[in-house]
Amino acid sequence: MTHHTLHMPIDEAAVRQLKVNDTVTLEDTLYGIRDATQIHLFDRGRKTRMDLHGHAVIHTAPNVRKVPVSDRHPAGYEAICIGTTTSDRMERFTRPLMTEYGVRLVVGKGGLREGSLDAFRELGGAYLAIVGGTAALETTWIEQIEDVDMDDLNPESLWRFRIRHFGPLRVAMDSHGGSLYDSVRHDVDQQRDRVLAELGIGQGTGAATPTGARP
Amino acid sequence: MHIDLLAAEDAAKTLYIRALKILPPDIKEGLATLERAETMPGAREILRTMTTNIAVAEDNDNLLCQDTGIPIYTVSIGRGVAVDGQALKEAIRRGCARATREHPLRSSVVHPLTRRNEHTSCGAEVPVIHIDYDDAPDTWSLAMVPKGSGSENNSFLKMAVPAEGVEAIKRFVVDCVIAAGGKTCPPTIVGVGVGGTSDLCVALAKRAATRPLGSACADPDGAALEQALSAAVNHLGVGPQGLGGDATAFAVHIELAATHITMNPVAVNMQCHSARRARATFTPDGVRYGF
Repeated sequence: MTHHTLHMPIDEAAVRQLKVNDTVTLEDTLYGIRDATQIHLFDRGRKTRMDLHGHAVIHTAPNVRKVPVSDRHPAGYEAICIGTTTSDRMERFTRPLMTEYGVRLVVGKGGLREGSLDAFRELGGAYLAIVGGTAALETTWIEQIEDVDMDDLNPESLWRFRIRHFGPLRVAMDSHGGSLYDSVRHDVDQQRDRVLAELGIGQGTGAATPTGARP
Repeated sequence: MHIDLLAAEDAAKTLYIRALKILPPDIKEGLATLERAETMPGAREILRTMTTNIAVAEDNDNLLCQDTGIPIYTVSIGRGVAVDGQALKEAIRRGCARATREHPLRSSVVHPLTRRNEHTSCGAEVPVIHIDYDDAPDTWSLAMVPKGSGSENNSFLKMAVPAEGVEAIKRFVVDCVIAAGGKTCPPTIVGVGVGGTSDLCVALAKRAATRPLGSACADPDGAALEQALSAAVNHLGVGPQGLGGDATAFAVHIELAATHITMNPVAVNMQCHSARRARATFTPDGVRYGF
């Protein structure tokens, strides 16, 4: 269990250093991306002018306030509350994010599936788990909304955030086939029968005695 | 007593923002209880982060979670209260849109086919508004729940049959908690609806999921089943955020309805650890905000 401070962007060698249960703090740059953003990028052939090569994306659709463009708000947006959404819905976009845009890290909550784990292993990527539902805290790690693209999809635009001490995040899926979600799920499946027995349900019983039956 | 429509509109606005920023005391205590009982260090750390976030949200007057949810309002009207129901629904809708525009909040509501976002948190049938009546003489209340999608996307209904009995309910609840894993942002409140028609069963599950911690099912058999399931799901090991540990759920809550002789429906609806709700109570003396 090692702690890594990663100044974004990073290369493949840096990602390969990360192992499940390590902790990570991200610095400098983070891209916000969500369902609609990726549906438009990968299903509808839209392109972005942003360069995500070697970067981390976070599954988010932020609460923002539109403000005049200034040095402090170069994208014309002020962050109100930025937090992380459940990743699972966006499972099928992990590989194209990596192959077409060179993304190295996905920050999210709830985990991704086997397809993403394979992509991480083959291409050199990792999934960093944040504590979902702790957006007030997360917002304090974001210094500025630097840029926005595909803003007709607001709030599901493509966002570039300037970050400082973003984390700690936990490496929950690594580039070596390790997935914390898989190992927990395996353990939970092992517990299931014991828990059902605790509730008075024997193994392999499907039909219980009908309740309230009348002779 | 008449319902003041302007006061209702203001309350609808205030409640949405308030619910997003301040967690009810029972949830804070529930989190502290789970943290004390947690045996896994990584899980304890996650629970601590959740507690820290609650304080940061209050200190910075910020939202607890970026997911502003689907707004759900529940109106309860006492016997001595006169109301133009249609006008009240319109007032609530206006208040909800004002909260979204004036705070501003992210509108999480879109048209289901075009996916178009009006940026008002309103749309067809949304905000969801339930209106019911109670025994209070001169009181009416407006309760608000912003229901996040991480938990709502893991909602389940099973039309079990009578021959499967209570066992079907127990098995289904356990398997839903396993299937949801970390996607529902555990620890959760697991709301279970038992009986009724399919739509009532799902509505009961939502009512159960949004009940305060420490409350019990009014039916003694339902309350006993709640106790058993609450203990059992925390032995699964799903843990906070689905990363392992003891704290899978604050509690399992059950709401019951009578059902058909040939039916045995069960529904599960979960509330994430940021179990947000707010309530405004109106009396002839004015309005009081709480949970």
